[in-house]
Amino acid sequence: MSIILQAQHLTRSVKGKTIVHEVSFDVNAGELLAIVGPSGAGKSSLLRLLNRLDEPTSGSVFIEGKDYREIPTRELRRRVGMVMQRPFVFPGTVAENLRFGPQQQGKTLSDDEIESLLRDVGLNGYASEDVGHLSGGEAQRVCFARALANQPAVLLLDEPTSALDEVAKLEVEAVIRRISAQGVTSVMVTHDFSQARRLATRAAQLQSGKLIRIGPATEVLNVEAALS
Amino acid sequence: MLKQLFHSQVALGFAQAGVTAVLAMIVGFAASKRGIHVEWKTFVALARGLAQIVAIGFVLVFMLKGPQWTSVLMLSAMVIAAGATSAGRTKKVPGSFEVSFWSILIGSGSVIAVMTWAGVIDGAITSIVPVGSMVIANSMNTNALALDRFRAEVEAHVGEIESALALGAAPDVSVSPAVEKSFSASLIPALNNLRSLGLVWIPGLMAGMVLTGSSPLYAAIYQFVVIAMIFASSGLTSLICTNLIRKRIFTPAEQFAMVR
Repeated sequence: MSIILQAQHLTRSVKGKTIVHEVSFDVNAGELLAIVGPSGAGKSSLLRLLNRLDEPTSGSVFIEGKDYREIPTRELRRRVGMVMQRPFVFPGTVAENLRFGPQQQGKTLSDDEIESLLRDVGLNGYASEDVGHLSGGEAQRVCFARALANQPAVLLLDEPTSALDEVAKLEVEAVIRRISAQGVTSVMVTHDFSQARRLATRAAQLQSGKLIRIGPATEVLNVEAALS
Repeated sequence: MLKQLFHSQVALGFAQAGVTAVLAMIVGFAASKRGIHVEWKTFVALARGLAQIVAIGFVLVFMLKGPQWTSVLMLSAMVIAAGATSAGRTKKVPGSFEVSFWSILIGSGSVIAVMTWAGVIDGAITSIVPVGSMVIANSMNTNALALDRFRAEVEAHVGEIESALALGAAPDVSVSPAVEKSFSASLIPALNNLRSLGLVWIPGLMAGMVLTGSSPLYAAIYQFVVIAMIFASSGLTSLICTNLIRKRIFTPAEQFAMVR
């Protein structure tokens, strides 16, 4: 199995406090790696280092074998997409949101491509809908489609269901399952161990900014369950 | 009443300033009853304002006897002070002093230079310093409003900005809604001044010109010229400020760098 993303000795310190400490791991093509751990473990901070939304104090990330500091930032972020914790949609229609990423490269998505992306996230026929009329779950699914419009090599998911109600959470989980089945490689941060068990192929456990365990999801999560 | 009590003009002036300051402090104390504590800030601003304007009065008297180039020196000092005052309101924005200084310098400086060259502003110290100071002061206010609104917009939309960055957008694109809103908001006072000129307020310059014997029509037209000049310099200042500041809140690796 080929390695898409390699994190090597990633460390980030802010105001003298180390929030991510010497974290190294690989992400294989087509897998969903869950990063689990309690609140404040440094999960989201680690994820933000993977697409250079924040700068590591030391260490680096390799995307398909290339040090990400050698890749122009905008290109890197197109290749390593991200869905945030809350659905931050841009004012306008669903289609305008989906067109945003490709537009930055001078590309225009056709109506068919928009519809195909919306089908992947279960929002068929929503293209002309104003984002102001969407529910939280629908808005988050628009964010998934918007990130996928860039055809990223890896998709980073930062607690994508934590701001949603139970029904919306299940809808978003169905989207994650669908895109994983299509072979999209993802790294998902979650504090919800049962969600990680439902969705992930592998899991990495963080504690106080350090990677303490990594392996097949059931193995890592079973060890954690036994210990707690 | 004060005129009967004070016969010297200077003593009368200080007495008038005292009455006005008491009135302003009453407003400050009234606000404190509602939990808004601005008493100390009001006191400091009043004391500072009085000291500054009295000092400038002395400097003006001295400069009137000096060479003309001293007016450039004085206007430059005003631009530096305006930059520092404006930046003081938005310490969270990186490099706010440099941005304020260059925006006010270019915004007001170019308008003053062109207007003086064209003969709209008289080059005499007695004319260029007061008119120039009006232009600089208004540019300072516009700059402060632009910075403050930009900071507020960015802080309120960090998620949207980072979402845009995460999609591969350039920093300029990710903050363009904040830039547009802060530019428009910062020009509201200058635009209102222009719109309400003669209807809601008759500025002091025009009244002063009429009192000193100028034709009321010329005084009115000149007042329009000054307000239009202020609008032009404010617009230019805000344009430069919003353009400079949007580059300052990102690192070279296009990461959001504003203090949160």
